[in-house]
Formats: sequence, structure tokens, C-alpha cells
Amino acid sequence: MEITMYMYLIPSLIMFCCGVYGFITRKNMIAILISLELMLNAVDINFVVFNRFLFPGQMEGMIFTLFAIAIAAAETALAIAIIINIFRVVKNLDIRDITKMKF
Amino acid sequence: MESVGNIVIYFIIAIAIIVFSVLTVTSRRILRSATYLLFVLFATAGLYFQLGYEFLGAVQIAVYAGGILVLFVFAILLTSKPAAEAERLTTKKRWLGLTAAILGALVCGYALLSSSIFCGKTIDSVLNVDMQTIGHALMGTEKYQYLLPFEAVSILLLACIIGGVVVARKR
Repeated sequence: MEITMYMYLIPSLIMFCCGVYGFITRKNMIAILISLELMLNAVDINFVVFNRFLFPGQMEGMIFTLFAIAIAAAETALAIAIIINIFRVVKNLDIRDITKMKF
Repeated sequence: MESVGNIVIYFIIAIAIIVFSVLTVTSRRILRSATYLLFVLFATAGLYFQLGYEFLGAVQIAVYAGGILVLFVFAILLTSKPAAEAERLTTKKRWLGLTAAILGALVCGYALLSSSIFCGKTIDSVLNVDMQTIGHALMGTEKYQYLLPFEAVSILLLACIIGGVVVARKR
């Protein structure tokens, strides 16, 4: 039995779709952020797998994943700072209650 | 032909990824869902190791599991009681989410399975990405070298540090 490219892409596809499901159904802001991390991670896996299987001599996918990880870390830190600030004001993290900046 | 150990490791990683990502979005206690996310990230790091990208797997463990997950756990413990459960989903919302996820999976899965030109490929060469190559690729200015994005990311991280302090400080 050989390990083909499908067998890496399909777990990553399932991971991405779990992220979509969580992003739509969750109410807590941190839970939404966790779903977002799942989606980012699935995309990272895809980059690495395409790099490894189709262009093993180059390393563009790997470098791109490195930068994506760095940007994801920055984004998460900032998002959590914003969430904690919102919690200080509203005492709640339910996205249905945070509508003050809406028109 | 792959070795048996490789295939066994692959199946462990793939099943861990699938099971724990489903648990991450369905668990109603948020601290548990963060823990399941940790397992997903570890399985992803294992996948990188298995593909031969040791540096990437180490970065994944250090940055994601060591940095982001700690941030998540701190934020969860600061903002909610650990034993608090999320309320049950309304059926409308759940159906909306399920429809979006399954439709997306079907479309992408169909696109994957119908384009069988390259997706059935197997690994046919040994990979050796050593630290020296990565360092040269990150620190050079020629073709296939990435000094400019590297510096841009460093400025982004600086901006992120300042932004985080400004946003979260006490007024």
C-alpha cells in the first residue's frame, strides 16, 4: 500500500470543514477564534503537502507555511487582546450581545 | 512501497486529526475544545515530521502548541468559568452550519477526486531540507530567497506587540 496525496488532503479537508462548522455555530468569541485556527492549520497542511509531493526539490510551500504560522500567531495575540478588552467592558463574550458598533 | 511503520504512523495521525477536529468544534466546554485543538496541532506537527520537514514541525510545536494554545487557555480562564457549558444550539443554526460544512466538503472532495492527474502521486524522492538551506533561503535577496518577507514579518510582529499592549492596557 502506498501513501498518496489524497490521503493527506482529505484529513485536511475535513479539518477545514470542521472549522467552517464551528465558525458558523459557535457563540463564544474565543471558540470562534479556535475554529479559525483550525481552518488556518488545514491550509498550512495543504501548502506543505503540495510542496512535498509535486515540487520536492523546492521549498516555497514550506517557507509560505512558516510565514503563515508567524502571521497566525500575531493575529491570535491581537484578537485575544481585543476579546479581553471587550470582556472588560461588556462582561460577556457572546457575539449576540456585542452589537454596539453595528449600525 | 512504504514501510509498514510509516503507514501505521500515517493512519494514527490522520485519525487523530479527523477525530480531534470534530471534537474541537462539537465539545460544549470551551476549555476542552482548546485541549482538543492542542491535540490537532500536535498531530499536524507529526504530519510535518513524517513528510520530512523537521524544522516546520518544530516551529509548529513551539509557536502553536507552546504559544498560541497558552494564550487561548489564559484567555479562557480569564473570561469564563472552566466548568461552564455552552448552551445548546438551536436547530436552525446547527443545520446552517452543517449545510455549509458538508456542501463545502462535497464540492472540494469532488474537485479533488475528479482531478486525478496529480492527486494519486506518491512520494518518489528523499527530502533533505537542512537548517543551512532554510537559513540561506530566509536570509538572501536572490531568486527563491525571502529576506523582504522575513523583515516584513518582523515589523508585523513588532506592530502586533505594540498593538496588543495598547489595546489591552488598563485605562
